[in-house]
This record gives sequence, structure tokens and C-alpha cells, in this order.
Amino acid sequence: MTTTALPTAAALALGDDALVLSHRLGEWAGHAPVLEEEVALANIALDLLGQARVLLSTVGDEDELAYLREERAFRNLQLVEQPNGDFAHTIARQLYFSTYQHLLYARLAGGDGPFAGLAAKAVKEVAYHRDHAEQWTLRLGDGTELSHERMRRACDALWRFTGEMFRPVEGLDVDSEALERDWLESIGEVLRRATLSVPEGPRSGAWTAGAGREGLHTEPFGRMLAEMQHLHRSHPGASW
Amino acid sequence: MATAAAHQTAGTPAYGAQDGTAGPAGDTGTDAYQRAFDAAVAADERIEPRDWMPDAYRATLVRQIAQHAHSEIIGMQPEANWITRAPSLRRKAILMAKVQDEAGHGLYLYSAAETLGTSREELLDKLHSGRQKYSSIFNYPTLTWADVGAIGWLVDGAAITNQVPLCRCSYGPYARAMVRVCKEESFHQRQGYELLLALSRGTPEQHAMAQDAVNRWWWPSLMMFGPPDDESAHSAQSMAWKIKRHSNDELRRRFVDICVPQAESLGLTLPDPDLKWNEERGHHDFGPIDWTEFREVLKGNGPCNEQRISQRRQAHDEGAWVREAAAAHAAKHTGAGRSGGTGATRS
Amino acid sequence: MTNTDWPLWEVFVRSRRGLSHTHAGSLHAPDAELALRNARDLYTRRGEGVSIWVVPSSAITASSPDEKDPFFEPAADKPYRHPTFYEIPDGVQHL
Repeated sequence: MTTTALPTAAALALGDDALVLSHRLGEWAGHAPVLEEEVALANIALDLLGQARVLLSTVGDEDELAYLREERAFRNLQLVEQPNGDFAHTIARQLYFSTYQHLLYARLAGGDGPFAGLAAKAVKEVAYHRDHAEQWTLRLGDGTELSHERMRRACDALWRFTGEMFRPVEGLDVDSEALERDWLESIGEVLRRATLSVPEGPRSGAWTAGAGREGLHTEPFGRMLAEMQHLHRSHPGASW
Repeated sequence: MATAAAHQTAGTPAYGAQDGTAGPAGDTGTDAYQRAFDAAVAADERIEPRDWMPDAYRATLVRQIAQHAHSEIIGMQPEANWITRAPSLRRKAILMAKVQDEAGHGLYLYSAAETLGTSREELLDKLHSGRQKYSSIFNYPTLTWADVGAIGWLVDGAAITNQVPLCRCSYGPYARAMVRVCKEESFHQRQGYELLLALSRGTPEQHAMAQDAVNRWWWPSLMMFGPPDDESAHSAQSMAWKIKRHSNDELRRRFVDICVPQAESLGLTLPDPDLKWNEERGHHDFGPIDWTEFREVLKGNGPCNEQRISQRRQAHDEGAWVREAAAAHAAKHTGAGRSGGTGATRS
Repeated sequence: MTNTDWPLWEVFVRSRRGLSHTHAGSLHAPDAELALRNARDLYTRRGEGVSIWVVPSSAITASSPDEKDPFFEPAADKPYRHPTFYEIPDGVQHL
């Protein structure tokens, strides 16, 4: 597989999604609600970091891309940069994103485009992330009154970041509309089983300037990058 | 609490008796049990969960395994402190995997402790309320990235020196957990060494960072082996029971001998002017350890004692609603949410 | 009472095809589905397994130690069940 043939914009988009979400999940280390979840969240974070490294390396030097780009040059979805919040927010973010990622990678893996080989490996990992998110959505939604309420709030709060996933990305040869239909159907089904309702309201921000894929991010992302890049940038040219 | 007491008592009351007075069906008395136990230990056989064992042996194991498990999960904190700032993606992946392993090792060890008739809930409760300890080394802060390397090289190095003999510990579940832990930990020390090597050979700033970290972690690492043999409260009995195979001082000496040439290869120095090879003894001599500092940190006056426990307690408390939700969901959907709770046996 | 202490499960892992499931350890989980997933994360994160069983610890019935002798001793006096019982001349192969 000649990885250099990957379309740059698409590789950056998918690579940044994985990089940023992995970082957010990494913030859970030492804070998870139960030890078994420490292990599970770290597994997902490590899978995503592995995907990010492969994708970014096809575009350039993985560390230069991760550590030396400014905020406006990142192409990840705003969804994945959202702070962890409580466990319900993290699970809602996982549910929305991993369902999208799984549906997308399954299509890419089944096609003969430049991402087929990479997606074929990642789709197995992502299937597990999706399953993890669904299992927890069911338990929190249909658990106690408190957990139901927290899960409902989390699903609502992140809903407005979900529209961006289905805007066409240059170099990604997928039918965005069909992807969105499948996503809505799957999310609707999981939420129904979790005794939650599909959130109402818009699925994207009312800002014509765009969103993450165009390099426009939310405020928490700048602080996340400051933390992530600080040490690397403090020692220009050093190797680690 | 159902999970706690049930473990070794359910099913066979004769074996559950904790006071050491219950005899077997034929009533040959506790002495017969004690003799069988002693013989098994002497023959280097493993004691298994449902075997009779002296109360003090059980209590010692619970204390030691719990402390070990607590050390694994508290030990996640100083390293997790650098996950979000790891300076390359390769290092970030390694660090995340390592911290994850520590959570896993905590889990293995809590399981081993649970075979002795306690529960993880109970042990965590004792940790959170300060009634059980964890290794004092984790009460020191990780101030720079190089500390991640120093922890891997020195702290994990000391831990491995301690743990390898535990793979032959007389209590089966503990020994088996340690086999798994040691196998998985083999990369932990190497990654730390490699990290420090990169810094030592890097820019002058990086080199200074590495030396500073080694200076701060060296003495606390030596303290990890515990007080000198003549002051160690539990050592002699633990050695007789083959829970412990080597004395504190013996392991400490072994560790120093291993580290000296490794430091040389790193191009870093160890912060001890008295450190030198003693031809006669066949070991390195080293300077006096500050046992006052050791006792103070143990008592709770280390730089991070308060911080470590409060983060742990906070994670546990803030996670309660999640654990409750999952239990409630299980109760609704299987009608047996706690079906696994009263284990009649362990293997 | 807050119901937060999840029950205990025993985990059995088949490390590769052709071998039987072996006891790997235990873990806590609220139900069988999560027990299975936790077991995968915990006991096979270095690719140690191809199949996992989880069993509630409470569902296991054990022979008790004081019955150990009657249970297992009879087998000990049947050495002819073991291949090492038989003397085979040197050089005989495939046996």
C-alpha cells in the first residue's frame, strides 16, 4: 500500500479526529468511575492514537503535525474536542463519534479507494468503540433516575456538534447523505432502547464561517492544544 | 458487603471459621491443619484460597496484597500527570499503555486479595480512609517530563526487584498475579531507561532535566525496599511463611549494584558521594538513607500524600452514580444484578 | 444502601485454538455483557486470547479441601494411566 497516495485533506481530517479524541480520553487516566473503565477508556484512546499516527504520517511528520500546527490548522470535528464533562458526556461523545466513524470506515474498507487498507484495520477497533458506547448509553439511560437525566443532558448538549460529520470532505469518497441516514437510524435505535429520546434542535452551529473541518474550533480546544504542545514547543528541534 | 464475607465462608462453614479453632470433620483439631499448612509451605507448595491457613498468614497477605494493589492505582497518578503533555506521539502511546497496565495490575491484585475473603469495595474504603497504605514513593511529585523516565528506570526497577521473588510466593493467587504483572512490566523499566537516554544524549537542557530527575528519585527509590532488616516489623515472619523470599537490605543491595553501571551507560550520576565498589564485600557501599524522611512521608507528610488520596477519593465518589446506574440496569434486565456476588469458591 | 459494588466474575480465556479455556482471574461487572467486555480489555490486551468465558463466581461449586484426598487420591495409585509408566527401548520413535 503506497500510503503517500492518500488525499491530504481527508487524511488530516480523519487523523485529527483520532488524535484529538484520543487526547481527551487520555485525560480520564486516574479519574474513571471504576477501575475496569480505566482500562477500557485507555484501550480506546490507544486505538485512536494508533490510527492518528498512521494517518498523520501519510501527510508528513506526525510530531510536527501534532505539536507545531496552530489551532486554525487542525481539521478535526468540533465534537471530538469537546471537554470530557461527566462520564455521561464522554459516553455521548463516544456514541455520536464512534457510530459515525464505524459507519464511515466500514464504507471505506468496503470500497477500493485510497483509505481501504487503513480502514479495514481500523474498522475492527472502531466496532468495539461503538459497542462500548452503546452498552454504556443503555446502562446510563436506563439505569437510575439520576443517570437517565445526566445522559439526557449530555446527548442534548452535544447534539449541535453532530451535523458537521456529514459535510463532504475532499478526497473522502462516500455518500454523505446515506451515511447520515444510517447514523440517524442507529442513534435513534440506541437512544430508544436506552429510554432516551432523540434530541431536538439544530445539529450545527449558526455560524457561516464553518466548523472544525475548516479550522474553526471551540474555545476549549485552544487550551487543550496549549497543554498538549507546550513541552514539545519549549524545546525546539529536540528529539524525545 | 455480600461479596466480602462470602468468599471463603460460603458452602463450607468449617473452613470459613476465622478464629482458627474449627476442626475438620474427623476433628483432629487445629494442630493437624497447622501441621499440614507448615508442611505445604516447607515443601514449597502453594497455599490455595480454600486451604486452611493461620489467621495471621491471611491477615498479612490481605495487608500486603492490598497495599500492593493500592500502590498500582495510586501510582497511576504521577505518570498520568504527563499523558496530556507527552512530547511525542510515540511517547504518549507508551505512557498511556503503561498507565493502563497499572490499572490492570491493580485489578489483578485486588482479585488476588478477594480470594482471602475481603472485597475490593472494602479495600478501597480502607485506602480512602487512610487505614491501608500504598507505597510511599508515589507521594513524590512528577515535576518534569524526565520524572516519567526516572520512575520507569528507578521506581519500576526497584518494584521489579521486589516483585520477581513474589512470583514464587507461597500464596497461589498472589504468585499467579505477580507472574502476570512481572511479564507485563518488563517494558515499563525499559521505556523509562530509553526515555532518560534520549534526554541525556539530547540538548543540554534535556540532559539537565534528566539529571535533576535522577537526583530527586534516587533516594526515595532506595527507600522502597522498606526499613533496614533489624527494624522491619514483619520481615522475619513473612520470610518464614515464604511470602517474602529475601530481606529488605538484600534486595536494596542488589538494586544498587544493578543501577550503578546502568547510570554510567546513561551518562548520568547518582546523587551519593559515598557510592563506591567494595571489593571485599562484592557489593557497592552507599551513603546513609534518610529514614526520618521515610517515616515522615509514611506518616502523611510527603509532598503529595493529601493530593493523591483526594484525587482517588474524588474519582471514586464522582463515579458512584455510574456504578449505581449499571447495577440498577442489571437488576432491571437480568433480574439478577448481583448474581455474581456470593462466590462460593475461587481457584 | 447504595448499590455500587458490582458482583464478581471468573474469567476463562482460550489462549489459542486447540487449547481449552483456562482460568485467568476475576473481575467486577454489573452484568454478563460488561463482564465479557471488561475481560477482553483486562485479560487480552496483549492479544492473549481468542475466546473468553465469564462465569458469576457464585455459580461455581468446588470440592472442599478436606475432601481433597478422597476426591483425588484414587487417581494417584493408577500410574498406568500415565505414559511415563511404560518403559520403551531407546530409539523407538513416534510413540
